[in-house]
Amino acid sequence: MAKFNKKKDGDLPAVSTASLPDIVFMLLFFFMTVTTMKDSTLMVDNTLPNATEVKKLEKKDRVIYIYVGTPTSQYQKTFGTQPKIQLNDKFADVGDVGDFILQERAKKSQELQNVLTIALKVDKEANMGLISDIKQELRKVNALKVNYTTYEGDAFRNLQ
Amino acid sequence: MPRRGAPPEVNAGSMADIAFLLLIFFLVTTTIETDAGLDRMLPPIEPPDTDVVIKQKNIFTVNINKNGQLLVEEELIDLKNLRQAAIDFLDNGGDGTCNYCKGRKDASSSDNPTKAIISLKNDRETKYATYITVQNELVGAYNDLRNRECQRLFGRDFTEMEAEYLNPETPSEVREELKDKVKRIQDLFPQKLSEAETSTN
Repeated sequence: MAKFNKKKDGDLPAVSTASLPDIVFMLLFFFMTVTTMKDSTLMVDNTLPNATEVKKLEKKDRVIYIYVGTPTSQYQKTFGTQPKIQLNDKFADVGDVGDFILQERAKKSQELQNVLTIALKVDKEANMGLISDIKQELRKVNALKVNYTTYEGDAFRNLQ
Repeated sequence: MPRRGAPPEVNAGSMADIAFLLLIFFLVTTTIETDAGLDRMLPPIEPPDTDVVIKQKNIFTVNINKNGQLLVEEELIDLKNLRQAAIDFLDNGGDGTCNYCKGRKDASSSDNPTKAIISLKNDRETKYATYITVQNELVGAYNDLRNRECQRLFGRDFTEMEAEYLNPETPSEVREELKDKVKRIQDLFPQKLSEAETSTN
């Protein structure tokens, strides 16, 4: 029996930390992949409507975003409660949309300039008048490819 | 009891394998959220040089008023029936030149799917949500018809085929092959959805 009783019952052995780097790297990779860079903070309420016949918006570098909605509560004092347009980090008027598109387009590389999509992220409570004005501005600067960004879901839920 | 050194350390060599296994598992299962929505083309601002004469019966007018009510071809209809009404109009094949149409061949409705135009008009005070629902139903009508033809010709859904064609991960030789098929179906039911400027009254 003495053969099996060689255990030392004194101090505990140190836990091996050799695998710690692996775990850390694993976590690092995980967060690297799931994080998406958000380039502008939303200053408007943005509950998108639902639609079923959607197409995915691939290739983020070819998309210019325009947000429309009522300003969030902290901005309502200064900007009122009517739906506003948000371009990057600023509130803007309809007249600024054209210039904004031209500026953003100029930032993109030459071969992408003709394949840009304008993603309209519009709150479902907004009125079509504002959207029509934006569409008119987009036509003026020849940015004709638009995507009405929506959630995937039953379209009839929009009406409730 | 004899004491013979420390107990052997736990072998940590396989820890890296486990870590990588987990890493790969998460890499495969997480999808980075992408936006999705309805793709539309706006009409160019300069009007076409030549005036195109379009017969009234080839135009399917949809009017949305500020309360979200629909006036389709001068008739008030429910939004739930819009898709079927649009399908009936597109699939009509009135002049008999359309050999794949399954519609009623009503002489007072559209001649051919390639000539049929849907005209969408809305009020300035229409809610955006209503507008999107109507757009969704109209695009859905086109997709339903395209799916039907695609099932008949190639045995699969058009929407799924188009998604595969547009997916950048699809190998280019497969995409090349799909290109013709997608084009062919699109030509059978070309999406002609005109959006007139909004009315103010």
